[in-house]
Amino acid sequence: MDLASNTAHGMVSAHKPQGLARWLFATNHKDIGSMYLWFAFCMFLVGGVLALCIRAELFSPGLQFFQPELFNQLTTLHGLIMVFGAIMPAFTGLANWMLPLMIGAPDMAFARMNNWSFWLLPPAMTLLLLSFIVPGGAAAAGWTLYAPLSVQLGMGMDLTIFAIHILGISSIMGAINIVVTIINLRAPGMRMMNMPMFAWASLITAYLIIAVMPVLAGAVTMVLADRHFGSHFFNAAGGGDPVLYQHVFWFFGHPEVYIMALPAFGIVSQVIPTFARKPLFGYSSMVYATSSIGVLSFMVWAHHMFVTGMPATAQLFFMYATMLIAVPTGVKVFNWIATMWQGSMSFETPMLFAIGFILLFTIGGLSGVTLSVAAVDVQLHGSYYVVAHFHYVLVAGALFSLFSAVYYWFPKMTGRMYVERLGQLHFWWSLLWFNVTFFPMHFLGLAGMPRRIPDYALQFTDFNRIASIGAFMFGLGQLIFLVNILYSLRHGKTAPQQPWEGANTLEWQIPTPAPYHSFNPPPQLETAENGVVLSMRDSGQA
Amino acid sequence: MSCLRLCGISAIWFVLHSTAVQGETAAFNLQAPATSLARLEYDLHSMLLWVTGLIFLLVSGVMLFAIVRHRKSRAYRARTFHENTTVEIIWTVIPLLILLAIAWPATRAVLSQKSTHGEDMTIRITGYQWKWRYDYLDDNFGFVSHLSTPRTGTAAGAALPEHYLLEVDEPLVLPTGRKVRLLLTANDVIHSWWVPQLGVKQDAIPGFLRDAWFMVDKPGIYRGQCSELCGKDHGFMPIVVDARSPEDYARWRDARLKQAATAADDPAKAWTLAALRQRGETVYSQNCLPCHQASGKGIPGNFPALDGSPVVNGDKAAHLRIVFFGSQRNPAMQAWGKQLSDTDIAAVITYERNAWGNHSGQVIQPAEIHALRGSSG
Repeated sequence: MDLASNTAHGMVSAHKPQGLARWLFATNHKDIGSMYLWFAFCMFLVGGVLALCIRAELFSPGLQFFQPELFNQLTTLHGLIMVFGAIMPAFTGLANWMLPLMIGAPDMAFARMNNWSFWLLPPAMTLLLLSFIVPGGAAAAGWTLYAPLSVQLGMGMDLTIFAIHILGISSIMGAINIVVTIINLRAPGMRMMNMPMFAWASLITAYLIIAVMPVLAGAVTMVLADRHFGSHFFNAAGGGDPVLYQHVFWFFGHPEVYIMALPAFGIVSQVIPTFARKPLFGYSSMVYATSSIGVLSFMVWAHHMFVTGMPATAQLFFMYATMLIAVPTGVKVFNWIATMWQGSMSFETPMLFAIGFILLFTIGGLSGVTLSVAAVDVQLHGSYYVVAHFHYVLVAGALFSLFSAVYYWFPKMTGRMYVERLGQLHFWWSLLWFNVTFFPMHFLGLAGMPRRIPDYALQFTDFNRIASIGAFMFGLGQLIFLVNILYSLRHGKTAPQQPWEGANTLEWQIPTPAPYHSFNPPPQLETAENGVVLSMRDSGQA
Repeated sequence: MSCLRLCGISAIWFVLHSTAVQGETAAFNLQAPATSLARLEYDLHSMLLWVTGLIFLLVSGVMLFAIVRHRKSRAYRARTFHENTTVEIIWTVIPLLILLAIAWPATRAVLSQKSTHGEDMTIRITGYQWKWRYDYLDDNFGFVSHLSTPRTGTAAGAALPEHYLLEVDEPLVLPTGRKVRLLLTANDVIHSWWVPQLGVKQDAIPGFLRDAWFMVDKPGIYRGQCSELCGKDHGFMPIVVDARSPEDYARWRDARLKQAATAADDPAKAWTLAALRQRGETVYSQNCLPCHQASGKGIPGNFPALDGSPVVNGDKAAHLRIVFFGSQRNPAMQAWGKQLSDTDIAAVITYERNAWGNHSGQVIQPAEIHALRGSSG
């Protein structure tokens, strides 16, 4: 099992291109993965600054900093940047970095396409950010870009549509790469039903991306045609229907929610067993649960549209289908807890973030059940309750899992340990201020505050104050993470090959830091569920 | 300990919920219901809160127990079990049963929300950027309802009125104890009509009619807001429903009908510049100001300036046409011919041509608008 002397396994650190060309023409999955992660973090900061602008304006009733038209641009771009610029690229980056190491592949299947899927991101995000300074400003129709409002807006909307097309192409290419890598490049002995959960989650996510990104492209293209080419997809006077946009958008939008959640499930399913020193409970039911969440995600889109005036039968269908998602999601949560049960747990930073994830994601899931009940959704739809709900799922869900992953794999990626005390501080700080920010939003929504408003009635003042203070503190806390990473990259303690006692998947069987080229040729493996490596030997073809 | 803290928070939440005063502005819960629908939603939400809350306490309790007991620092030795079919079936089936139990009352609530038949009266609600129009279809009159609290734009600390952003010039007056059917539509983009205490939220979709209903229990003022992002002033188009006893309502309606009969303007009347300009200023501030601004400078890039505009200072006919028919190029400029009377349009155009730096001295008489309306069929 211990394979410290590893040149026999195709571990080569030489032949590393240098300078700008290394990044511009990158085809190495580790380099591309790193670029994805840094890019996502930069976008996380940009999106975060937009969020803080929103919270600054909402600190008091009255308009203090931003006029309503700019405020709407801030909320729209905050959403778009966080979804398409931060969370999705971060997961793709992690998949790039870790998948080949976890399944014993020499690299991603299409190395040059991989390069292109990354390098499409900066121009797309530049377009989005540039739209702030064009006449009329950025798109201001919310990240959902509902027609006919999005048909009304200025040229910032056209830039956004173009950016979404580019981002879609990038995501689809990234997803194709993940699918092909997982299906074709697993090392001998790594059976599908033995793959690490992170690989399963990435695989199902990639299929979702391939299925729904073209749908989004279709939706925004129809908006573009209505704006400039005289079509009437969303104009009743020309035989169109504004609600059509919502159906098409949410057919993309709901699977998109799981595109941001499933990889998080995968990460947590790696981290919890490691720090509980116990195998993942119910591996195969985890695979089935994840798959059924993926399938169900295509059948629930209209629960975002309960107040558009659907017939009762449609309301009931989408209500039942949505409630049903709670079952596989519940199975996952129970399995994680059963993994922790009677384990021998220690609480390093990755484990803390994973536990924080389970706890807060459960709150988000349960408020999701509340929202799924169509009759109650009539009160909560379009209110701050929804804002609270999806931030519990996306910040405490996706973001916390990403932090967990970065701390978990940081030693393998860089060869150095992060500073544990700073990591712990980052966790507790984030956990506290996250809840201070978003928990009061449940109350705001229940009390009747609509979302996406720049100014509010006086009875909403107190909770908005609390939320704004929480948001600024939460934002500040992310600098702890940045400092920790920057410091540890240079001065962190040298990491051993296996920094975590309970880690037994393939990536921990190779030297630390992971050599520039790994598993070329692939090893002969004997594996157990969830990617646990039982034995590994050289395939002898080198 | 994260769990402890969160359990604490949720415990506080439950206590506050169970003891929540059903006042007009509930801080921690849905607003006090004033219709049977709202009560249905309120009770359903309370039930869900208990169910989900208990599940959360259970799940986090088990996890907390494991975190405290099964830790390496206590030298707890990890077991190796990793599956148990019985347990897995149990925790798949039990959530299913819970969901079935929830689905039953949830289905009944949806069906009663949707039963809009058997109404006593019908109101048509039209959403505009950014105001509501209410038409009493049975009595054939209607009016537009605008935000009436001042728009601050100033720093915090300025004294704001009690119902800041939740007050309108013309509330929707309705009788209690009558089943009111709403027909909703919109003029430009999608809006959503939401009054929490009445238990109604329904999108108003341009080009389509949607319906909803409610019956108010007791007289009172019920406030709400647009809840679908509809552009710049989405946050500034409140809804106020003034529910009165059937007798008070009948009195109000009769007065309203009488007023409508006498107040109708004679389109043939010739107006003076000063009188039209004065009326035009009011029409302007209710309809044009959100985009073109009080200063007439507009918002560069979004909404054009009227002060010094070539249209406003140029040919009268072009100015008339864009106000009456709206702009082809910029859909945000609506066709005001459908919304305003001849006199109001004449007044507002006269105002625009004689306000700020515009000094044409021209007077546009209602008869000219009347002629335009006639020619456009």
